[in-house]
Amino acid sequence: MKATVIVTLKPTVLDPQGMTIHRNLESLGLASITDVRQGKHFDIGLKDDVPAESAREQVERLAREVLTNPVIEQYRIVWE
Amino acid sequence: MKFGVVIFPGSNCDHDCYYVIESVIHKPVEFVWHQDTSLKGFDAIVLPGGFAYGDYLRTGALAKFSPVMTAIRDFARKGGLVIGICNGFQILTESGLLPGALLRNVGMKYVCKFLHLRTETVNTPFTNGLSKGQLLQIPIGHGEGNYFADTETLKRIEDNDQVVFRYAAPDGQITGDANPNGSLHNIAGIVNEQRNVLGMMPHPDRSSESILGSVDGKLIFESMVNALVGAQKA
Repeated sequence: MKATVIVTLKPTVLDPQGMTIHRNLESLGLASITDVRQGKHFDIGLKDDVPAESAREQVERLAREVLTNPVIEQYRIVWE
Repeated sequence: MKFGVVIFPGSNCDHDCYYVIESVIHKPVEFVWHQDTSLKGFDAIVLPGGFAYGDYLRTGALAKFSPVMTAIRDFARKGGLVIGICNGFQILTESGLLPGALLRNVGMKYVCKFLHLRTETVNTPFTNGLSKGQLLQIPIGHGEGNYFADTETLKRIEDNDQVVFRYAAPDGQITGDANPNGSLHNIAGIVNEQRNVLGMMPHPDRSSESILGSVDGKLIFESMVNALVGAQKA
């Protein structure tokens, strides 16, 4: 079982890294791109025999308490 | 009276802080290891600058899980003095001991220079030896010192007189040009509601001897000593 946690800055928080990437797209001629926000991507491996409920709880807790700072960031979890 | 200076893997201003306390203000000081679980006998704790856990994940994010942080939370709750400098400030916000967060500098650059701080409140154990509005010359050295808090939190810390230092122009004005990193309201340092935990991005440990260009940082350590002496008498 695998999960992916994607952490991004909240929309209200300025992202200097994303803005810098976006500014530099002009020289590539990618004129249609209006916004770039940088985030983090975590691949999480789990034991095969873990009940789905427990897996969800553990990954949720990891995302909420470790991978994200709730003051500035938000997360979403993708299961596969 | 005894100070403790915490060492995390990746701290690099621990010896600077230790040196200032021992050799400049002449008070007893010991190092505290990040695995330690007791702060018995200590009156004040310093979280020094550096790159605890390599700043992996986020600055301060992994340091907050160190065993010593449980002891520091307990110590702070009981009124012990805690000062977090630079990376120490980042650890205190990550741990929830101070409100807000420190983001990447707006200019994307690591900024290392002397600048001016305006003292916004003297009603703290860290600034009792200063006067309100006093300008201090204290250097910064950080890439992630851009203070952020949501509107509600920002209003609360302003209303509660929790903003201790702001980046200022040499004439004391709070201007955009004087802001080195994009911090909201030019905030350089704040205290918690109980006023016994201070976090600041500038380095008083690098400005406590004239040979380093300023002795203004020493005033903060001396204020802490005043507060501890006052507490012993009370």
